[in-house]
Amino acid sequence: MWLLHDLLESTARRLPEKIALVAGAQRYTYAQIEADAARLACGLQARGVVHGDRIAIFADNGVELVVSIFATLKAGAVVMPVNSLTKGDKLAYLLNDSRAAAVVTTQLLRGIWEPAITQAPSVKACIVAGLPAGDGDGKLSSYEATLAGASLGLEPSLLIDQHLASIIYTSGSTGEPKGVMLTHLNMVSAARSVNGYLGMTGDDVILCALPLAFDYGLYQILMGFMVGATVVLERSFSFPVKVLETMASEGVTVFPGVPTMFSMIMGLNNLSQFDLRRLRMITNTAAALSERHIQELRALFPQATLFSMYGLTECKRVTYLPPDQLDIRPTSVGRGMPNEEVWLVDEQGKRLPNGSTGELVIRGSNVMRGYWEKPEHTARRLKPGPYPGEMVLYSGDMFRTDEEGFLYFVARKDDIIKSRGEKVSPKEVENVLYGLDGVQDAAVVGVPDELLGQAIKAFVVLRPGFKYDEKDVIRHCQGRLESFMVPKHVAIMPELPKTDTGKIKKTGLA
Amino acid sequence: MTSNIKQQVRQFILDNFMMGGTAEIPDDASFMDRHIIDSTGFLELISFVEESFGIQVSDDDMVPENLDSLNNIERYIRKRRGAPAATGQ
Repeated sequence: MWLLHDLLESTARRLPEKIALVAGAQRYTYAQIEADAARLACGLQARGVVHGDRIAIFADNGVELVVSIFATLKAGAVVMPVNSLTKGDKLAYLLNDSRAAAVVTTQLLRGIWEPAITQAPSVKACIVAGLPAGDGDGKLSSYEATLAGASLGLEPSLLIDQHLASIIYTSGSTGEPKGVMLTHLNMVSAARSVNGYLGMTGDDVILCALPLAFDYGLYQILMGFMVGATVVLERSFSFPVKVLETMASEGVTVFPGVPTMFSMIMGLNNLSQFDLRRLRMITNTAAALSERHIQELRALFPQATLFSMYGLTECKRVTYLPPDQLDIRPTSVGRGMPNEEVWLVDEQGKRLPNGSTGELVIRGSNVMRGYWEKPEHTARRLKPGPYPGEMVLYSGDMFRTDEEGFLYFVARKDDIIKSRGEKVSPKEVENVLYGLDGVQDAAVVGVPDELLGQAIKAFVVLRPGFKYDEKDVIRHCQGRLESFMVPKHVAIMPELPKTDTGKIKKTGLA
Repeated sequence: MTSNIKQQVRQFILDNFMMGGTAEIPDDASFMDRHIIDSTGFLELISFVEESFGIQVSDDDMVPENLDSLNNIERYIRKRRGAPAATGQ
């Protein structure tokens, strides 16, 4: 298995009638997903998509999103998942930055993508699930009609595992989202390593309420399809009670989540009415669980093994804590996953012994090929490894190790905020705040929040003659930022502390 | 009274979640489908409903059928207000 879509193709050959995906009331076999992906791939090629083209997939979790991912790969193109919470200007930026050749999306999101594609000249085709009949024109076509009308004459694949499979955009401290370039080798390796230590099998039923635009969500599909498991896909985690009902009725065995989701579940008083006896594994990443949360989760789900993990989009997963270590070192994120080497370095890049604090470095087939068309950013993260031509990933995260080499998160080297498990660039939020007429100074920081981990707080100084309250500022941001980036708190200030050189000083702002 | 419930909830959503301008919320629109409210936003909506209409939303009631459109919320609040006190949470 060399290519990412091979994992669907080989499972569809082996287990054609097995249920691959449950989405709402619908169930799809591996053979159905494979056939639809092949048809959509032909449809993409018929619309001019060629090897290496970037295809933006902009949709809520659903079967169309899963089919589009594999169709893009089969067509030899590069999957670019876009969070469905993205607003119009940012979508236009992403389409232009990647020069996406096509967009696969849904009618529900039309208010966002329609203006965005008019600003993105690279987009040749837009395939829309649920497009009203008769609405197709030059660029627009219906997803359903594309599947129905496709001829099955896919161009022969020229791909090897060094080709790009995906570009996943991530927030950067500069405020400009960066496209993480991942090859087929990167992604197949990561899925194989994670499945290895989790012990995922074809009997597992995975509940995925994480957005597939988030790599942790995307990998639930990849890892599940690799072993022939069933993935139960939820649109969102807005109604945890509904998700728990589904977990019980589908006999879910694996539940991946982020701390905010677990907090929402732990806030419920009616958990005991759901039969979750088959749940055998809970995984957490994106942000660390507190010790209290770990204890509460284990008390609520004593039948399930809890995996604490840590990762970066740049290499997917870095570490996991073997569950038998949870009582011994509950706050550790563990050690490197199989087929990956990790170590700490000092400021000079010198390798540090166990018991030190330093920046975490990652070496393995899962390490990205760099940031799309951003060589300076890439050079800061990818540096020469032990052998000629080899690059290793400098994570930008500070860790300490104990005497046995287990890792403990210390701090980020940049000022990225983690809210609801998502990375938020203060700069990106500040840029939007400066777009509000009359804003003179803006500073964004993360403040502790029980549910979100960190909440976004904005400090704003207005020019004379302008008067906004907290809600005006938040509303401005809601129209321009994904909801998890919108400030929860806004303080209108007479002035902000400045350094001697006139830069805003954030230390002390809270 | 009927339209008053919807009006209050609509105003709360417009004040707290909507993307400025003159965005409209049809009575039957799913807040989730249209990305009007996200997962943590629903918790704020529930607090608002509890405070403004003097009811307690039990965990079992936190489902889209009760909360995921203006029509659903109005139906739910009216049902809860009409319910005998003995079934209160």
